[in-house]
Parts: sequence; structure tokens; C-alpha cells
Amino acid sequence: MTNSFVDFAKAKMIFAIGTNMTEAHPVASSFVKNAVADGAQLIVVDPRRTGLADYADIHVPIRVGSDIAFINGLMNVLIAEDLYAKDYVASCTVGFDELKAKVQEYPPERAAEICGISADLIREVARRLASVKPALLAYTLGITEHTCGMNNVLSCANLQMLLGNVGFECGGVNPIRGQNNVQGACDMGALPNVFPGYQKVDDPASQKKFKAAWGVESLPDKPGMMMPSMLEGLLDGKIKAFYIFGENLANSEPHIKHLENCLKAAEFLVCQDIFPTETTRFAHVVLPAAGWSENDGTFTNSERRVSMVRTVSEPPGVAKPNWWIFKEIARRMGHEWSSNSAQELWDNEISVLAPQLVGIKYRRIEKDGLQWPVPTEDHLGTPVMHKDGCFTCGLGQLIPVDWSPPAEVPDEEYPFVLSTGRRLFHYHTRTQTGRALGLNVLLPEETADISTEDAAELGISDGEYIVVKSRRGRVRVKAKVTDRMPKGMVWMAFHFRETCANWLTNPAFDPFTQTAEYKACAVAIEKM
Amino acid sequence: MNNGTITLTVNGKDFRGKKVEGKAGQTVLEVLRDNGVYVPTLCYHPKMPPYGGCRLCIVEIENMRGLPPSCTTPAVDGMVVHTHSERVVRVRKTVLELLIAYGDHNCLLCEQSGNCELQDLVYEHGIEKIRFKAEKILKERDISHPMIIRDSNKCVLCGRCVRACLNVQMNGVIDIAGRGSEAFITTFNNTTLIESNCVSCGECIQACPVGALTEKKSKGMGRPWEVNKIRTTCPYCGVGCQLWLHEKDGRIIKVTGVEDAAPNYGRLCVKGRFGYDFLYSEDRLKTPLIRENGALREASWDEALDLVATKFKEIIEKHGPDSIAGVSSSRSINEDSYQMQKLFRSVIGTNNIDNCART
Ligand code: SF4
Ligand code: SF4
Repeated sequence: MTNSFVDFAKAKMIFAIGTNMTEAHPVASSFVKNAVADGAQLIVVDPRRTGLADYADIHVPIRVGSDIAFINGLMNVLIAEDLYAKDYVASCTVGFDELKAKVQEYPPERAAEICGISADLIREVARRLASVKPALLAYTLGITEHTCGMNNVLSCANLQMLLGNVGFECGGVNPIRGQNNVQGACDMGALPNVFPGYQKVDDPASQKKFKAAWGVESLPDKPGMMMPSMLEGLLDGKIKAFYIFGENLANSEPHIKHLENCLKAAEFLVCQDIFPTETTRFAHVVLPAAGWSENDGTFTNSERRVSMVRTVSEPPGVAKPNWWIFKEIARRMGHEWSSNSAQELWDNEISVLAPQLVGIKYRRIEKDGLQWPVPTEDHLGTPVMHKDGCFTCGLGQLIPVDWSPPAEVPDEEYPFVLSTGRRLFHYHTRTQTGRALGLNVLLPEETADISTEDAAELGISDGEYIVVKSRRGRVRVKAKVTDRMPKGMVWMAFHFRETCANWLTNPAFDPFTQTAEYKACAVAIEKM
Repeated sequence: MNNGTITLTVNGKDFRGKKVEGKAGQTVLEVLRDNGVYVPTLCYHPKMPPYGGCRLCIVEIENMRGLPPSCTTPAVDGMVVHTHSERVVRVRKTVLELLIAYGDHNCLLCEQSGNCELQDLVYEHGIEKIRFKAEKILKERDISHPMIIRDSNKCVLCGRCVRACLNVQMNGVIDIAGRGSEAFITTFNNTTLIESNCVSCGECIQACPVGALTEKKSKGMGRPWEVNKIRTTCPYCGVGCQLWLHEKDGRIIKVTGVEDAAPNYGRLCVKGRFGYDFLYSEDRLKTPLIRENGALREASWDEALDLVATKFKEIIEKHGPDSIAGVSSSRSINEDSYQMQKLFRSVIGTNNIDNCART
């Protein structure tokens, strides 16, 4: 996020797109609701009438996967009606002419048709957005989990720059991260193209720096594979050994049947986890790890805040901290590493190597965390990035993008679009929440959420078991008939094994980020 | 005052004519608190709109009639405030005695003993016997919810839970119904909590000053004075809420939000507050496992780690380092992800390292 969660409570205008905040990020949503109570305007863009939409001034129920058309339509109106931030665009950004040319192809009427809403609604939203400065934009996986995910993200950035909203308190572009430490895992360089601190692996200066720091003569200098390519690599034999640390891919990745075939194909599969999972069934070696609160360390939240995680108890049996396990494997492969605690790793390695984190040391985050970048040890952290429109890498780039439909769209055989995500009472594949007393009582089983109209047409009543099937699989699941769903759409989560949405989802990926299209695939519904 | 500064004079327990400064627009209680002047309260909560219901924060203000509640009375320049005059203290004692008489406050039987504002206030006011007798018909507790116990017999009607739900978390699930001695906290349509729209955030429990709202999972697990509070970060979503883990004998028995810290300022959701006990599941992996003849069997660390190292070396030898790939956990600590990518880059020699950033 360019901004901080405190801004959610103070903003005067909030534009929330593709984010089911009341369920996936409940505390963040409580601040948005506070802002609304204090008079802020809220615009919620989501095919479903989500919990947050109940608090909105305007709910815009665009079709699944039509975000770019919608945002291009908004920008068309902003430019045509001269409502955009001219001075900001002129002094802080480049690429306006190209953007203008592109969005001219999206007059509200055309955008409206793609999005399944009225052209006047697009005009109204554009005018409202332009009327309050700054406006805060928040999004979640509804934006990224599409084959056009990266373009969706660019659209959000374009809109906010065109409105002159980036670089100010209560403004900015704010992706709320799904998992607690996605931000941190990326910051740490658990990505195929960058070392810790986003230093490119193919940059000679970074190569030199990390060779010296790690005391090795060579480091691989070509970007590696992203996870979907790794999985395909298992099938075609390019990848022989696969090491899965703390992820239950057999439930969390699209198209479970295919995914399991990939895992089965591994010559050597190592799983490191705190529980046996659907994924560890395929492992050749399972390494038992310390869980949360069984060793010290740090998490980095969506607002780039590095906070302490502390020990309460020892791990069960002989389970060990993850960093210890990696260190031991390195040792057995001939590399002695000196850091021998999370604190030593952070203070002596990570914060020395990652430029954004130089000023963060354990002693500084004993109590409250710090938001990176923190360039020096007396710097107080960065709650708002790109302050006053001064972008870190020069001028803000306006990058025109075109709308493209999801990889699989409804047809006669599979007439519904399935979108997936998380629900309030469980987390991901339930390895943790399924074992916390009470949560299974609050949400004992999965449902397929469908609209009242579709239910009436198909003669399905609330609570009835139905079959939802796609080209990849079928599940038997309870129907939840609700007026929160639009006609033609089904919504399911991936919390429960037998009724996991990922038996159905489509392993089609954004070509740049290789994010899977969890938010759109074609399904059919059958009465049992 | 032209710069908005106002001055009040305080007389009370430890003060004889102390001058305190505040800002125009503050309440009397806010000015006093900001200056470290103690006034007992029960329904007041710094994060909620003032309610003026408990009558414990009453003060005597010269040239004002009655005993106004300081939490709702606007501070005016020049006010002379008595926080502990004889009259004020006498009324407070009566209020406390009435609360005890009308409720079911047997600390021996109460989960909250030792962490109860009513218990503290009664002690502080030196109350030794209750002058009132009320006919007590105990109401049934609401134990319908898997995590939350509601005991209206211990409720002091401070309304903090109502405001926590309505004004802080903005859920508006509960409210005060009825009037006077008939008043009670209930849900919309007077259902049990589990039948209501409650999202189980537990904000109401954290706000309750007494034992009317308690946690099922913590029941009997430890007394407040036996517990260590350890600060940490929530393991679930990307908000990264700050938590107090209440620990006894190496076990988490309760989780509360850290009130004065970003990003959550005390708030939590159902997962952060109640989702901790997976740690104690019998299913936990406790020892390394190695596949042999199709099944996983227990192994020592040496055996398992040597196997991994040997296999990796073999595969690198035969197929090159890029035939090994790994996925790090976006759930675990930074230091773990750092260490894993270091293993892949500097030891195995490949950039085939990724994380689940995309789910
Ligand atoms: S748990 Fe949360 S939603 Fe439920 S009554 Fe309490 S404050 Fe309201
Ligand atoms: S308490 Fe809830 S909102 Fe806060 S970090 Fe945990 S899961 Fe997210």
C-alpha cells in the first residue's frame, strides 16, 4: 500500500474495488465504516453486493472481469469533462497523451455495455470521484486474480494519478495483502527475479553485493521460474526436486486434479510444515516446523510495517524453527552460515542488505513496528509513499491498457461465471482455523452462493445440495440463495477439501505475474 | 481564550486548587484525565462517544446545580471542579451499592475476578456492606455462541459493549432494551447471539468492564494475575493487527488487541482473537518423516536433513541447479523467507524461488 490503515478512517472519499473487506480484512473494513460514519463517501465496485456495499453511497455491480473497461470509462469521463488533475498530471506524470488516446476508445456507453451497468452510473462515479481530494483507492485480490491482473493494477494506478491522488495522506493506491506476510516474503526476495530489497538478480552491482555478503563465488544471474512454471516443470521433467515451505498447494492452487498430477510427478518433494496437509501426502520428506508464536521473528503487513512476532512456547516434539532447518541443509551442502537466531538474521543480514530496511533493527521495533522505507536508524518510517506526487523512480507512469475478457467465459454448456475467495470465519485451506475451537461451528461447511433469480429459474432452494461443475471437475455443495449475488454468477471459497472451489477453477495465468484467474471461470449448476 | 486554551481549578483527593489546562471543546473528564487527575468511571471509554450512564464520574462544579457527569459536561474556562467532595463520594458509593444489589456479583464464581473494574471500584470506595436488598431473579446466560458467554446478571449496563459493536466495529448487533431496572442488553429481535448478525469480532468482550461478557475458551484456564502478556502480530491476514497473547504455563489462553498501537488500535476480528488454539492440536507434525516403501515413517533430523542434502547434491550434479525449485511461505516470518531464498541462490545455485504472493 502507498498509504496506511489509519488513512482508511480519516479519508473523505474511498473507492473500494475488488475487495471483500468485511470478511477478508475485517479490521481494515471497520476503519472504512468509521470514515463513512464521519461523513466520508464510499464507492464499492464489486459484482456482489458485499458487506461493505451496505455502507456505500454507490455500489457499482460490474460484471466479473470488466474492471479495466470500467476504469477506462471513468477516465474517459474525467478527461472529456475536464475533471482530472491537470497540474498534477503535467508535473508528476508522463504518458498522458497515450492514456488519453486509449481511454477515448471507452466512452461510457461502450464501457457500460462491457460492465453490464448504465453509462450514467459511470458518469456519476467519475464526477463524484473528482469532487473530493484526495480519494483513497483500496483493492484486494478481485483486481489481481485475473489473467489481466497486472493491467487491472495499472488501471487503478492510472486512475489515481489522473485524479492527482497519489502521494497524499488519505489517498494513494492501496492493495490489501491477502496473507499476513506476503509483503515480507516479497521484500525478502522469495521471488525469482530479485534479491532481498527488490534488487534485481541480473544487475551486476547487486550480484557483486550479494556474492560478497554471502561469501560465494557465483550466484545465478538469470531470473528463475514463478510457481506455475515450476509446477508445469514437474510434469515435463525440467524440475526434479521441489521444496514446498508452509503452503498447501494441493488445495490452494487452481485445478486440483492437475495440480496433484504435478506433485505426483516430482522426483523428490520436500514439504516443511506444521501440519500434515493434502500436499504433504505427496512428499518424500516432511520436515516439522515451529509455528507462529513458537519462535521470534518479524512480519511485514500491507502498509509495509515491520512488526515483531514473539515466542510463547517451544514447538512440539522435535519441530524446529524454519530458518534453522534451512541453515542445517546449507551446512550439509558445505556452507556454514553464522547467523543463529531470527534477530541475528535481521540485524546482521537483512537490514544490512535491503536498502529499504537499513534503519530497522530489532531494538527499534520492540514495541511498535516501523513502515519501510526506513533509510537510517533515526528515520521514523514512511506512512505515505511518493509524498506530494514525487515518485521514487522519477515521474509517475501513466500506462494505457485495454480491457480483455477472462480466459474462460460462460457459454451454453457452462453458463455461469464462478468467482472465488475467502469467507470471514475461515482462512485459506483451514489447516489452522479448522483446528481452532469454534470456527467450524461458525462456518461448518462450504456453500455455492447463487442469486435469487437463478435459483428460481433452476428451481433450487436455499440449503439444497447441488452440483457445480466446470471443465475440470465437479463438487457437490449446499446452495446459498442470496440477493447479494447477481444473476449468472456463482461464488465459492477454498476452505473445505471436498467442496473446494479449486476443483473447478481455471489454471490460466496473467502472462506477467503468473497470478491465476481465481476470480473467473465457467461453470454449470445441476440439481441433484 | 483566544488560542482555545482553558484553565480549570481542581479540588479533590490529592488536589487543593490545582490549576489544569485544557482545550475548548473538551469535556471536563477529558481535561482532568489529560492532566493526570483521577476520576472513577465505568461507562466511559476513550474510544467511544460518551454515554453518561453510570454516574460514577460525577463531580461537583461550583456555581452549577446537581452533580453533573464529567464525561458529558463541556469544560468551560474558569470552572472550579471538586472530584472527591463528600457529596460526590457519597453518591458514588450509593451507585456502587445499587449495582451490587441488583446484579449477581459473586467474585468467587466469576471468571473476571482480578480484572474487573467494578471489583476495583468497590474496593477503592471501601464498601463493606450493601444497604439495599433487591429481589434477584437470575436470568439465563446466553451460551449459544461457541466463543462468547453473555451473563446479563453481571451486566452493569454501562453500554460499552453496545458502543464497541456500534461505534467502533460498526456492526450494530446489540443494544440496550427496556428501561430502568428492567433494562438489559440484547440483540436485534432479542435472539441469542449465535442467531444474530454477530460477526464474532469480540470487541464487546474487550470493552466489557465486568464479567458479563467472557470468553468460553479462556474459562478456567488462568487468573489475570497468573498471566503474562506477550505482544505479537496476528498470523492471519495482511492487516497485521497487534495482539496481546495472554500466556500461562507456556500456553496462550486468551488474545486481546493492543489498544494504543497501529494498525488496529485494539480492534481484532474473529480469526485474530479466537483462531490461536490450532497450535495445540494433536495433529501437529512433531518429527521428521521420510517416505519408505510408499509410506511416510518417522526419522531423525540427521537422517532427514542428510537425505535432503544428498538428494539435492545428486540432482544438481545430474540435472543442474535449475532443476530444483522452491516455494516459500507467505505465512511465516521474514527471516524464514530470507533464509530459504539464500539457500536456493547461494547454496543450490538457482533463482527458482517464489512465494504464494498470488493467492
Ligand atoms: S462479537 Fe463483535 S459483532 Fe458480535 S456482538 Fe460483540 S462487538 Fe458485536
Ligand atoms: S485480527 Fe483479523 S483483521 Fe487483524 S490481522 Fe488478524 S485476521 Fe487480519
